[in-house]
Amino acid sequence: MLKITNLHATVADTPILKGLNLEINAGEVHAIMGPNGSGKSTLAAVLAGRDGYEVTAGSIEYLGRDLLALAVEERARAGVFLAFQYPVEIPGVSNMEFLRASLEAVRSHRGEPNLSAVEFMKLARATSAQLQLDPEFLKRGVNEGFSGGEKKRNEILQMLLLQPNLAILDETDSGLDIDALQVVADGVNALRSPERAIIMVTHYQRLLDYVVPDQVHVLADGRILRSGGRELALELEAKGYGWLRDDAA
Amino acid sequence: MSKNLGQLDRMVHGAYEAGWTTDIESDTLAPGLNEDTVRFISARKQEPEWLLQWRLKAFRHWQTMVHPEWAHVHYPPIDYQSISYYSAPRRPGEGPQSLDEVDPELLRTYEKLGIPLHERAALAGVAVDAVFDSVSVVTTFKDKLAEAGVIFCPISEAVREHPELIRKYLGSVVPFRDNFFAGLNSAVFSDGSFVYVPKGVRCPMELSTYFRINARNTGQFERTLIVADEGSHVSYLEGCTAPQRDENQLHAAVVELIALKGAEIKYSTVQNWYPGDAEGRGGIYNFVTKRGIAHENAKISWTQVETGSAITWKYPSVILQGDNAVGEFYSVALTRGMQQADTGTKMVHVGRNTRSTIVSKGISAMRAENSYRGLVHIGAGAENARNHTQCDSLLIGDRCGAHTFPYIESRNPSATVEHEATTSKVGDDQLFLCRQRGLDPEKAVSMIVNGFCKQVFRELPMEFAVEAGKLLEVSLEGAVG
Repeated sequence: MLKITNLHATVADTPILKGLNLEINAGEVHAIMGPNGSGKSTLAAVLAGRDGYEVTAGSIEYLGRDLLALAVEERARAGVFLAFQYPVEIPGVSNMEFLRASLEAVRSHRGEPNLSAVEFMKLARATSAQLQLDPEFLKRGVNEGFSGGEKKRNEILQMLLLQPNLAILDETDSGLDIDALQVVADGVNALRSPERAIIMVTHYQRLLDYVVPDQVHVLADGRILRSGGRELALELEAKGYGWLRDDAA
Repeated sequence: MSKNLGQLDRMVHGAYEAGWTTDIESDTLAPGLNEDTVRFISARKQEPEWLLQWRLKAFRHWQTMVHPEWAHVHYPPIDYQSISYYSAPRRPGEGPQSLDEVDPELLRTYEKLGIPLHERAALAGVAVDAVFDSVSVVTTFKDKLAEAGVIFCPISEAVREHPELIRKYLGSVVPFRDNFFAGLNSAVFSDGSFVYVPKGVRCPMELSTYFRINARNTGQFERTLIVADEGSHVSYLEGCTAPQRDENQLHAAVVELIALKGAEIKYSTVQNWYPGDAEGRGGIYNFVTKRGIAHENAKISWTQVETGSAITWKYPSVILQGDNAVGEFYSVALTRGMQQADTGTKMVHVGRNTRSTIVSKGISAMRAENSYRGLVHIGAGAENARNHTQCDSLLIGDRCGAHTFPYIESRNPSATVEHEATTSKVGDDQLFLCRQRGLDPEKAVSMIVNGFCKQVFRELPMEFAVEAGKLLEVSLEGAVG
C-alpha cells in the first residue's frame, strides 16, 4: 500500500529525514518509535503533505500513485488520514458541521452519495458513543475548550467516520490517562482490517500493549535504524535507545 | 442587463446644455451642484415649499462644512461638481402601479441580482421597496401592510401622503448640521423608504429594500426614515449591490430610526456593493449616517454584514434617550483587495438603566485595511448604564491590517463599561487540519470565517443569515494563498 524509498526531507533548510525506506502492506499495523528529534513527526507531516516540509529526494508510492504529487486535500480524499499530535481549535464551527463537511468531501471523492442529515446524525452519535463521548460534544466548536483527552478522542472520532485506507497516528497516546488510552486503542483496533494500514508514531511502548503492531521500527537521525516485531518495543523500553546507536556504531 | 445599461448610458451621456433636462425619456441631471440642483430635485419630487426650504438650508449649511479627514481611510478628494445628483430610469406614463407595469428589463436586472420580486415576495412574505437609482419603482405588499396600519412607501410619496409624520421626524435624529455627508444628503436626497408602524402593532412581515446604484457617475443619496410608535415592533432589512464600474461612485445615505416608548426596531443590512478591482480601481464610496433614538423601554438593534464598497465610513448608532432603553450593534465587516473600512457604532446613554451591546467582527484579507471605531458615551444622568463591547479581528494573510479605535466617555460613576478585543489570524494549522480532512482551501477558509462570524449571523433573520454566509464565501474567493 505504501512504499517509501530513500526519502530525504528538510524543515527550514535543516535536513531531518535522510534516506528513509519503509514498506507497509494493507492489513498491517506499524509502530514507529525513536528518540526526540529523530524525525517521527516529520515523517507523518510529509505523508500528509504539510507546508514547510520539503522533500528533497526520494519517492512515496501510495496505492500505486505518486503521493507527493497530490495536494493535501487530495491525499485526504484518497484515504490518507493524519491524527494530530496537537489538534487545533476552530472557534464557532461546530464539530458536527466540520465532521459532515469532511465526510461529504471524502465520500463524494469515492463516488458515494451524501448521507442525509438524519443518517449522518445517527452515524456521528453512534461513533461518539463508541468513544464514550457525550453527544453534546458534537455541538461544540471544533476542539474549542476541549480537554487534551477529548481532543485526542475527537481525532479518533474523525478517523472512524472517514474510514481511511492509511491512518497515521502522531503521538495520539501522549497525555492520555489509562482509561482514555483504552478507549483510543479500541477505536484504532476497530479500524483494523485487511484493506487498511495503520502507522502509529509513539514514544512509549504502553500503547502497543493495547494495539499490537505487526512491525516496530526505530527511527534515529532521519533513518530507520532497526525493524523488528513486537519484542523490539519491549527491548527498547528496557534498554532505552542508546544501545541501538552503540550497536549501529 | 447589458441592453438596459446601454439605455442608461445613453441617458447619462445625452446632451445637457441647459444644466438639466426635464425630458421624461432621459431623466438625468447633468453633473453639478448648486441651489438650482436642489430646486430641481425638489420640483421633480413635487415637494411642498417647507421641504424645499429645508433642503436649501441644508445646502447652505453644507457649503460651510469641511470634508471629514479623521477616518482611517485614504482616497483622492471628491469633486462634488462632477457628480450627477438625480437619475431616474425611463418609464412610460405616470409610473408603475403594479409589477406588471414595471419595465421588464428592470425586473430582469433585479433577477440577476437574485431578487426575483415575484417569488421572493410570495415565498418569503417579504415586502420589497426596490430603489433603482433614485426612484422607487415598485412597492409590493403595500395593501397587506395597510391592513395592519403599517405605512411602507417611498419617502417621496410619504412627503405627499403623510406630511405631518415627515415634518415631525425628518432630520429629528440626524439633523443636517450633523456631519458633512448628512448635510449633503439632506440637500439632495432623491428617494428612499419610509416606514410607520402604529401603536402596539407588530409588523406582519419583514420589510426589505434593495438599493442599487446603476447609472454612471450618479451619487445615490437615499433617505430612510422608520418610526415605530409606542409598543410596536418592526424588522427591516436593507440589501445593497452595484454593478462593476471603473470610476468611484459616491453613496451618502441617511437612515433615521425612531423607537417610541416600548417599541422595537431591528435593522439589518447586507451590503455587497462593488469594492473596486484588486488594484483599487473603481468601487463605491459608502459614506453613510445611520442613527436611531430609543425612548423609554424601547430597543434598537443594528445588524450589518458589510462585504462591499471601496471605502466604508459608517457608524450605525443609538441614542438611548429613555430609561431602560436597549441598543445593540452586531457587525461583520469583510475587506479584501484594496478595500478600506472604518466602521463601528456610537452608543449614547442618556436614560437610566440603559444597556448597550456591541459585537464587531472585522475580517481583512489581501491588502485591505479594516478599522473598528466606536464610542460609548455615558451621560451624567445615565444611572446604572451598562455597555459591553466585544471587538474581534481576523486576518487572512500578512499584508492586511486591523485597527481598533474605542472611545469611552463616562460621566456617571454607577455605569459599567466593558471592552474586549482580540486579533487572530486564520492559522496555517487550522487550514491544514481542514485540508487534511478533505476540504479544499477555499471551503476551509470560508468555514473558519463563518465560524468567526457566527455570533453576528445569529442576529440576522434566518434566510438572510444563509445569504450572508454565502456572500462571505463568494467574497473570499481567491483570498487564500
